[in-house]
Amino acid sequence: MLLQTAVSAASQVRPLSGTIAEWVWLLPILPLAGFVINGLLSLAGAPFGPTDPNGADSHAHSDAGGTPAVSHGEGETGGDDHAVKRHRWAGVVSIIGPGVLILSFLLAIGIWQTMANAQPSAPFIQRYFSWMPVGDLQIDAAFQLDQLSMVMILVITGVGALIHVFSVGYMRDDPGYPRYFSYLNLFVFFMLVLVLGANYPVLFVGWEGVGLCSYLLIGFWFNDKVNADAGKKAFIVNRVGDFGLLVAMFMLFANIGVLDFIGVSAKAGDLVAGSPLVTAICLFMFLGCTGKSAQIPLYIWLPDAMAGPTPVSALIHAATMVTAGVYMIARSAFLFSLSPVASLTVAVVGAVTAIFAATIGLKQWDIKKVLAYSTISQLGYMFVGVGVGAYVSGMFHLVTHAFFKALLFLGSGSVIQAMHTAYHKTHSDEDAQDMRNMGGLKRYLPVTCVLMWIATLAISGIPPLSGFFSKDEILGSVFARAQGSTLASASWLGIPGGTLLYIIYAIGLAAAFLTAVYMTRMMLYTFHGPVRTGAEEEKSLHEAPWIMTGPLVILGVLTVFGGWLNLPEVVTDIIPLGPRELLAHWLDPVVGEASARITAGAAQVPTATEQALIAAAVVIAVAGIVAAMARLKPDRLPRKRDAVPEHGFEGVVANKYYVDEAIDRTIVEPTYAVSRNFLWRFIDNGLIDGLLVNGSAALARGFGWIGSRLQTGNVGIYAWVLVVGVLAMLGALTLR
Amino acid sequence: MLAESLALTAALFIIGVIGVLIHRNAIIIFMCVELMLTAVNLTFVAFSRFYGTAGQVFVVFVMTVSAAEAAVGLAIIISIFRHRQTVDLKNINLLRG
Repeated sequence: MLLQTAVSAASQVRPLSGTIAEWVWLLPILPLAGFVINGLLSLAGAPFGPTDPNGADSHAHSDAGGTPAVSHGEGETGGDDHAVKRHRWAGVVSIIGPGVLILSFLLAIGIWQTMANAQPSAPFIQRYFSWMPVGDLQIDAAFQLDQLSMVMILVITGVGALIHVFSVGYMRDDPGYPRYFSYLNLFVFFMLVLVLGANYPVLFVGWEGVGLCSYLLIGFWFNDKVNADAGKKAFIVNRVGDFGLLVAMFMLFANIGVLDFIGVSAKAGDLVAGSPLVTAICLFMFLGCTGKSAQIPLYIWLPDAMAGPTPVSALIHAATMVTAGVYMIARSAFLFSLSPVASLTVAVVGAVTAIFAATIGLKQWDIKKVLAYSTISQLGYMFVGVGVGAYVSGMFHLVTHAFFKALLFLGSGSVIQAMHTAYHKTHSDEDAQDMRNMGGLKRYLPVTCVLMWIATLAISGIPPLSGFFSKDEILGSVFARAQGSTLASASWLGIPGGTLLYIIYAIGLAAAFLTAVYMTRMMLYTFHGPVRTGAEEEKSLHEAPWIMTGPLVILGVLTVFGGWLNLPEVVTDIIPLGPRELLAHWLDPVVGEASARITAGAAQVPTATEQALIAAAVVIAVAGIVAAMARLKPDRLPRKRDAVPEHGFEGVVANKYYVDEAIDRTIVEPTYAVSRNFLWRFIDNGLIDGLLVNGSAALARGFGWIGSRLQTGNVGIYAWVLVVGVLAMLGALTLR
Repeated sequence: MLAESLALTAALFIIGVIGVLIHRNAIIIFMCVELMLTAVNLTFVAFSRFYGTAGQVFVVFVMTVSAAEAAVGLAIIISIFRHRQTVDLKNINLLRG
């Protein structure tokens, strides 16, 4: 089945041939097998039939956001309302679902070891079959294994496995348990296809596949229309971005003739650097990234995506899928580095998104919404990194963010489940995700509290946690490229690139301050101050089981030590923490050339300046935390039901700047109006149904009526017609 | 000689056609149809006088068929009369569209 044809690059050395890397196809196939098995078990054992896997009434409790697992049996019915409708195959699924991920992760470790020893300079490409041989267009179903995809694979399978294990605890009482795991496995399959694809179309298959799984999992509790709508919103908004990616692919094919990464990077040199063509291709590609990675203007789906189960938010909407855009820009570095304008656009959009989302995060009350806006903001940082050509920094922040944001989301999952269980016991319909109903939870969830504080400090940029190193490296890269680089000498909408980069740097620092503030705010309101949950409910609050806290602990360790992946020189010179710039060396064969093209001519930033920048970043992070602690008073926070809406600018921020409403007015409602009045009433009802369908029927009926008038039933007239006809024929024959 | 014979038969035939067209009584129309058949028979005979006896053979066939037809046709007319107490074709238009 595996048709291993020789690769064009195979005339060179293929150090990975014949090693465990040949098994790279097994990486996505394992989760795919998990999807098939879990999916079949879901159909086989559905307690209410496949059409209603959630049960008829299991989610009347679910609030605007996600609903944790223990939500069956309604309070109104009384009696056995705590009976758990656990799925009959739940035990098997608990083994298979996380099992395939752990196997994939172990395989990934093996491949990584081999790759680390071999140090290949060229990507290892496996061709399986010819997928689209159409004229000049030759597209193979092929996987490409290089240092960049290896990083992504390790993150996806590693963090993915932890989140799968966490899900065993979080989702165990859900009637849709096997369905959940089959979707989750399918997601990992598509995500691995995305990062393994050796050309843009295979990447696009993964790109669309993860979008599908995202849709399925956001709407996992589809009995609530809110959740189903959130899924649809995510899907539709992503279509806008995917259009951009498709156009970029068409333009690539039309102008270069190939779509595989090796071919495009080899022929990218033919394109004129900085030409409108390269810029257009990059910008269309970036439009795809803004959709998938939730950047302005297409970020609006991500906050709504929090309607899905919390581990889904951790895996798909924080750690992996939303970083696909960052991955794709790093993967397409050979194109983006050719276009300073497109690169600067990426950086500007990233910076604006970072600060914009951070301000919204300041005023959210739903704990998951805070994290959602935080994710958007941090993705903005990553785009700043890859936008200024610091592809390593962007990927570094991607990895560390996967650690600490997964930890934060899973931690919030523990909190929400504790809250939900408590409210469920008392049949209260209070919002289990609203921070105004929490407070003082550190007494009941000590492990979660400590771990989430670690992640909070990491995301705020407190040394020596992982977030400090990665965020600082992005900001440092922006600063370093502001003078002498190709970006600095370019101009963006009339602004000189150098000035623009300093502005982006300032925005990045401001966003870092806001990050520290809103994260501290979230922690203070959730874990500190008085317990606002309710006296009766307070008795039921308890820490999550070990199967949930275990992954949290591992993620906590990764959050603390993730920075060691890429220690900057300026730090290792002062404090010898360990080997420096591991990730930079690791990724150098993939993005080194492109990165060098952008930094060409950039002046070396003096060490003293670098140290000053780091000091400034740390001071700002600490200032953010201190400011939040000093200004916010969790003691005086009213419960959700007593809260008054905010007014003035605070109200505008709390309502997310009314962006959703504005989009409703300007895009959604006009689209509805056009669809209803023109497409439906005029085109469909009027033209198609009226003119074409009923019109052709009326035409046939009219002709039939005329024909029927000839049938008088009177033999005399028939005889006349006959005779006239004969005479006419005779006349025609004789007079010819 | 042939021309006169054919003129006679043509005249007979046209008389029959006109009879079919202008009459409303089924019996008369039927008789006019028989007249048209007879005119054709006469044509056959006239031709056989000049081109051999095949025409006379045809006449026997035609007379046989027209006898059968007369039997069936009259039977239909009688049953129509029994049913509707009239053989006026003006009133018999069941097949009107």
